[in-house]
Amino acid sequence: MYKIVRKEILNPTVTLMEIYAPLIAAKAEPGQFIILRVNGDGERIPLTVADFNRDTGTVTIIFQIIGATTAQLNNLEEGQYIQDFVGPLGTPTHTEGLRKVAVIGGGVGSAIAYPVAKKLHGQGCEVHSITGFRNKDLVILEKEFNKISEKYILVTDDGSRGKKGMVTDALKELIESGEKYDQVIAIGPLIMMKFVCKLTKEYGIKTVVSMNPIMIDGTGMCGGCRLTVGGETKFACVDGPDFDGHLVDFDEAMARSAMYRDFEADQREKNCRLFKKEEG
Amino acid sequence: MANMSLKKNKMPVQKPEERTCNFDEVALGYSEEQALNEAERCLNCKNKPCVKGCPVAVQIPEFIERIRNKDFEGAYSIISETSSLPAICGRVCPQENQCEKYCVRGIKGEPVGIGRLERFAADRHNEDFEAKPEKPASNGKKIAVIGSGPAGLTCAGDLAKKGYEVTIFEALHMAGGVLVYGIPEFRLPKDIVSREIDNLKALGVKIETNMVIGKILSVDELMEKGFDAVFIGTGAGLPRFMGIKGENLKGVYSANEFLTRVNLMKAYKEDSVTPIYRGKNVAVVGGGNVAMDAARCAKRLGAQSVSIVYRRSEAELPARAEEVEHAKEEGIIFKVLTNPVELLPDDKGGVQKIRCVEMELGEPDASGRRRPIEKENSTFDMDADCVIMAIGTSPNPLIKNTTKGLETNRQGCIVTKDESGLTSKENVYAGGDAVTGAATVILAMGAGKSAAEAIDAKLKG
Ligand SMILES: Cc1cc2nc3c(=O)[nH]c(=O)nc-3n(C[C@H](O)[C@H](O)[C@H](O)COP(=O)(O)OP(=O)(O)OC[C@H]3O[C@@H](n4cnc5c(N)ncnc54)[C@H](O)[C@@H]3O)c2cc1C
Ligand SMILES: Cc1cc2nc3c(=O)[nH]c(=O)nc-3n(C[C@H](O)[C@H](O)[C@H](O)COP(=O)(O)OP(=O)(O)OC[C@H]3O[C@@H](n4cnc5c(N)ncnc54)[C@H](O)[C@@H]3O)c2cc1C
Ligand code: SF4
Ligand code: SF4
Ligand code: FES
Repeated sequence: MYKIVRKEILNPTVTLMEIYAPLIAAKAEPGQFIILRVNGDGERIPLTVADFNRDTGTVTIIFQIIGATTAQLNNLEEGQYIQDFVGPLGTPTHTEGLRKVAVIGGGVGSAIAYPVAKKLHGQGCEVHSITGFRNKDLVILEKEFNKISEKYILVTDDGSRGKKGMVTDALKELIESGEKYDQVIAIGPLIMMKFVCKLTKEYGIKTVVSMNPIMIDGTGMCGGCRLTVGGETKFACVDGPDFDGHLVDFDEAMARSAMYRDFEADQREKNCRLFKKEEG
Repeated sequence: MANMSLKKNKMPVQKPEERTCNFDEVALGYSEEQALNEAERCLNCKNKPCVKGCPVAVQIPEFIERIRNKDFEGAYSIISETSSLPAICGRVCPQENQCEKYCVRGIKGEPVGIGRLERFAADRHNEDFEAKPEKPASNGKKIAVIGSGPAGLTCAGDLAKKGYEVTIFEALHMAGGVLVYGIPEFRLPKDIVSREIDNLKALGVKIETNMVIGKILSVDELMEKGFDAVFIGTGAGLPRFMGIKGENLKGVYSANEFLTRVNLMKAYKEDSVTPIYRGKNVAVVGGGNVAMDAARCAKRLGAQSVSIVYRRSEAELPARAEEVEHAKEEGIIFKVLTNPVELLPDDKGGVQKIRCVEMELGEPDASGRRRPIEKENSTFDMDADCVIMAIGTSPNPLIKNTTKGLETNRQGCIVTKDESGLTSKENVYAGGDAVTGAATVILAMGAGKSAAEAIDAKLKG
């Protein structure tokens, strides 16, 4: 059992939790993830290591409440426990040798992008960050990104905070204004990463994306997380989750991630009814 | 006078039309009467040819004699001298290639039902004895066992009995390896596995789940933490794919994923939170136990038709004979001498059809089996909205990649010096599928046993 030592509601749909898991905290690197099960008959879901503290032995996760499992997780409070918490999984993000990077985060993807941006900044790399959200209520980590970025652009779909537009618009503007990036790192919904890659391909800028296919074990045992990258099959949990975005078959990944859409909608429905009952 | 019937006592089973609607055990086990009658078929041969067929040399005529004398507990203790998991091996050993293959009664008629008798003795013991083993006094030495499949469980149990302080590190959230995530409930009830695990705990074995060795701690770090020896029983869990077009379409599973969802994550239960794709027309590629298990699970999840697609002929099917027979009774279609060449999509990125070619058998290959070759112009398409790849697995490279100085071969299997399981690293032993590649429960168990002996011999100095 793994204790929740801190819980913070970042916005109505995104929650941060700090979990006591000293062995994982000792090894984790930006870009890696954990897999958790909330309770004894729960599903296994992957979440990125958003931060870690080797001294206090804690690992931070930031998750969006989108379905049954994340809703259950969000129902837990400080001092309560998570059944299973395994990691650190996946290959850390390569940051060596980068001198100027544009980091793009879409929605909760910003939480995954943040530790990478922070690490780059710590290494003396010039970081330009762009994070995008649907509206002002969903904005997260604005202060944090501001602190570690030489340039920081916040965009919202409706313009209710920051610039109105999409992350690709902001990135295009930066590139057009003459910024030269060694690399772009894009983390967010598949569709966002697909379009970032389309744009950077035109300019010939190497782009790394963090893929989030459906996973079970996270150790290379099930093959459920497989993707086609450059015509080859890769397992996101061990070969990734970072991949060269210009080689990823996004359309296939989008089809695969919709595999259980009906089932999940059903679960969500059941879960909502359950919570209502508990409340009423 | 021995029972000279040419046939084994039939195993009572759930009726096919009933069992395809549930996940309860198919084979129900001998009654006492049947067991006694079957035991009478054993001729108590002096040279015991059957024993040579058993990888761990269970003293077969001796235990059968005890059954004949109604000393069931005596039978159980004889089996336990050499086998740690009798209730499991009695159920899942490919007996027709092992002990029963060499039984003299098999020359004319059917061999003695050795596996069934073994299961009978073990089940009887489990029914009659609730008592847990006692924790032996500690000898102060610490052993780390990586992986909780039959190899790891056996090694841990044997060492714990000798007084070692054993900790098992398991990557998944539950111990048991393939016994819990692969082999389905209807073939191996999970209660039997948890009983074995409870016994280990009673012996003082610590089980740490959620520990992916190579990630959270390395083998070297375990040694630094004060473990005197390490046993690696990490299995061969990496699924192979065919490399054909369409293999990553929605609706295409590895058998590992499909079976893990169904067994470990209990997707078969009505109220399960684990999603599983319930295909109408399911095609399972492969012909081993894994393929049979996947096909029979798919049937139980409500598929209208389930086909096994296998490139050799029926005679070469590597699965246990009993499973093939059970699968057929359950209406699984066998498309043998058939090989998939492409998976065709529907307009939503899901698999719709499986394109195959017909095969014929040519000259024997290195494995001694006749090599399948493609018939010209034999391409045809089959409907399949769910395809499960069960064409084999290999050891996961994680341990190899994170353990300096650990020798592995071209297939990624850990190289051991001899029977003892000693690897190229001092005080690091390995056994089971991680060493042999995908094999059997009994071989993994045997390897765990030999390693435990070797570790004990080494540490006693
Ligand atoms: C490597 C990796 C890192 C991730 N990091 C984060 C993170 O830091 N923060 C965050 O909010 N989300 C992250 N995700 C996504 C997160 O795992 C899903 O949001 C979560 O599993 C949803 O579960 P649910 O039961 O609440 O929703 P459901 O209703 O079950 O699913 C909603 C959607 O989530 C995805 N999903 C469902 N189950 C899984 C699964 N087992 N594995 C992967 N995706 C699944 C599917 O696309 C699905 O359509 C990450 C995913 C991966 C693969
Ligand atoms: C579906 C299926 C059906 C089968 N049917 C039969 C049958 O009928 N009869 C038969 O004799 N054999 C059968 N087999 C084969 C048999 O199950 C295996 O040969 C046997 O389980 C191997 O045992 P093992 O202990 O070596 O490994 P496994 O049982 O594979 O156990 C290995 C364990 O190690 C864990 N692990 C892996 N890597 C790490 C790591 N880095 N850190 C921590 N833990 C790790 C895994 O999670 C797993 O729990 C079947 C196999 C499958 C998949
Ligand atoms: S352990 Fe397996 S091979 Fe040995 S006697 Fe029992 S059933 Fe036969
Ligand atoms: S070979 Fe057959 S008949 Fe002879 S002892 Fe073994 S089981 Fe009995
Ligand atoms: S999650 Fe199972 S292989 Fe990647």
